[in-house]
Formats: sequence, C-alpha cells, structure tokens
Amino acid sequence: MTIPNIVGAGLIVIGAGLGIGRIGGSAMDAIARQPEASGKIQTAMLIAAALIEGIGFAALFAA
Amino acid sequence: MYICKIFLGTTINENNMYNNKFVKVLTVFLLFVTVSVNAKSEAVEKGEKKDIKTEIKEYIDHHLLDSHYFNLFSYDTDDGKHKYIGAPLPVILWDNGLQVFSSSKFNHGKTVAEVNGNYYKLYHNKIYKTDANGTINYDEEHHATNEKPLDFSITKNVVFIIIVGIIMFFMFKRMATNYKKSPIPTGMARLLEPIVLYIRDDIARPNIGEKHYRRFMGYLLTIFFFVWIVNLFGLTPLGVNVTNNIAVTFALALLTYLITTFSGNKNYWKHIFWMPGVPIPMKILLAPIELLGTLIKPFSLMIRLYANITAGHIVLMSLIGLMFIFKNWIGSPLSFGLAFALALLELLVAALQAYIFTMLSALYFGSAVEEHH
Repeated sequence: MTIPNIVGAGLIVIGAGLGIGRIGGSAMDAIARQPEASGKIQTAMLIAAALIEGIGFAALFAA
Repeated sequence: MYICKIFLGTTINENNMYNNKFVKVLTVFLLFVTVSVNAKSEAVEKGEKKDIKTEIKEYIDHHLLDSHYFNLFSYDTDDGKHKYIGAPLPVILWDNGLQVFSSSKFNHGKTVAEVNGNYYKLYHNKIYKTDANGTINYDEEHHATNEKPLDFSITKNVVFIIIVGIIMFFMFKRMATNYKKSPIPTGMARLLEPIVLYIRDDIARPNIGEKHYRRFMGYLLTIFFFVWIVNLFGLTPLGVNVTNNIAVTFALALLTYLITTFSGNKNYWKHIFWMPGVPIPMKILLAPIELLGTLIKPFSLMIRLYANITAGHIVLMSLIGLMFIFKNWIGSPLSFGLAFALALLELLVAALQAYIFTMLSALYFGSAVEEHH
C-alpha cells in the first residue's frame, strides 16, 4: 500500500461516514417527529445507508 | 504454530526460572497488580514476536482463501512436524478427461500428486500441472506459468454451501410437515413463521407490489435464509468463509440480475432506453447511463456482501490475534473484550446483510414489474 492509496482510503471512509451519519441523524429526527412511522423510516434508512456503503466499498477496492 | 498451541492448551514453559509453583503464583499476582509489562519475558520473546505477527497475518490471509482442505487447526509436534487436524476434500479436475482424487495426495503442497500418469502440484492454493519432480516455472513477476487444469473441486466453500443447502432443506421440510399436522404452527414452523411473514409483508409486498410479489417469494426466502445461515456459519470456529468469496456473491448477484432482466416488462425497458417525460437529447443521454445502472446494481450487491463479511472477518481475526501479540494482563483482556463485542456486532451484520441483499433484490424486481401509471 502506497501513501496515496492510504490517504484515498481515509478520504473514502470520511465521506462514507459523513453520508451514513447524516442519514442516521435525519432518521433519528424523523422518528422523533413521527414515532409511529419508525418501521418505515428504518427500512428507508437501511436502504440508503446500504447504497452509500456499496459505493464506499467499491471506492475502497479501487484505492 | 504458536496460536494453535495455546488453543490446544499445551502451553510452553518459556522461563525455567518460574518452575517453582510459589514463584509462579507470585508472578501472576505481580502481573495483576503492577501496570508495567513483564520486561524479562518481553526481551526473551522479542525474537519470536515478529514471527507471531507474520504468523497471524498469514493465518488471516489463509483464512480468507478457499482451500482444498477442511482444516480445523494445525500445530507443530515435538519432533518438528507440522500436523493438520481436519479432512482432505475431493479434487475434481478436467484435464483431457475427468481426474478425481483426494486432496490428501498433495500433502498440503509438499508433494506432487500423480494421477493416471499426470502430475499435479498445489501451489498457493491453485493446482498446477507439473512434471514428475513438481517443478514450477515462473515468469519475470514471479507468477507460475505452468498449465492450470480446469478445477471443479469440492473445496471448503462448496462443502459448506452443500451443508447449508441440506440444513435449509430439512428446516423447511420440518416446517411443511408441521403445517400439515395442524394449522397452528408448532416447532420449526413456529420458529420460522415470523421470519417468513416478515419477508413477505415487509420486504416483498411493499417493494414488489400486491400483484406480482408471489412469484418472487421463493427466491427472496431462499436468498435470505441462505445468506443468513452462511454468514452465521462464518462466525463459528469452523473457519467457514463462504460469503468472503467474491465468486459466491457474484453468483448470488448474477441470479438477482438474471431474474430482474427476464421479468422486466415493457415499462421497465422503456424507462431504460427511452425515458418518458424528458426532452429527446436527454433521452439519448440517459439510455447508456440507465443501461449501465442495471449492471451496477447487481455489482454493488456483490461487492457489498463480500466486502462487509470480509472486513468483519479480518477485524475479528486481527483482534483475536492481538491477544497473542500483547500477552500481558491489560492488552489481552482488552482485545478479548473488543473481539467479543465485535463478534456480537457481526451477529447483527450477518442478519443485516442478508436482509439488505433480499431487500435490494426485491426493490430491483419491483422496478422490473412495475405497471405503467
């Protein structure tokens, strides 16, 4: 592993972490506002998080 | 192997100085109360320490690969031999006719297997055709250039795919007989019914739609239980790593891709090649992107499952390995605690990845059969 690769991997993790963090935070807000819809919100949250994670992993493989 | 020796409980007495039982107890007590690391044993083990690190690294690398053996563990015997506990698996090669033999003939890569006048050698987990002496030729980049016969062997992964298949068959067979006896679920049916209903009502119905979901239920249930059970097997100490293998996740994603493609209706293809509701230049621009999108979707399914499980296994095994690197009363329990917590997290990940794989497959099927509205 060379230094650019390591830096790239770090940047990817920062980006993916921020993205998933935002999704999680927004989902928390949404559940706090509408606790009765928490099931649906969780599902949507997991899908969005999984999509970001997929891109993150693809980028990690490229790095 | 040092790690395995500890697993076996045959710990080696490194310092003869501590032979006295009283001194031993005292040392353990001192280690408990003092924060400082036992400097003496540290110095003694310094030469060995790097070996352990590389050994752990090799161990992890080895675990992530598929193998022609089913080994539980290996260790060094007192007379300097390396012994493996496990079973050899059948090797099936296509090399001008079918060649079937046991992988014990390779003797873990040490000897050349002779079958019907052909010679094969196991080198870095791959089978190469060699001469009687087992010479392997290399190119400039140190890659073997020997001929590779087509390998259809029943490897460790294949064995566990078959085992999981058999387990699932008997699970659902039991479930069916339970339902035949009475409409009220008992036994296996009671265990599985909530999961099956969850997949039907929370994954298939909302994503595929009331009209078409029944067609895909069989596939969705199979993929969910298969991925889940295989992932759970990966957490047992058997050293199974089926979903760590990108070929396995590729096959699963390929199935989802084929089903999506072949069940796509007119509306689905129209949205790919001639997106309605956008200007004509955009339509031309969108067609290749959408076409690529159909390939990226199963690709991301493949990468996600593979990378999640692989990353989990690497981190878990590294933490377990850390226990043997630290070897003091602070580091080792700490890494044990971390490994334990991570194992619990992996239990969640095993189910979550199965859920996400099923969920996204259902989503793709849903987009394929969606009616025009």
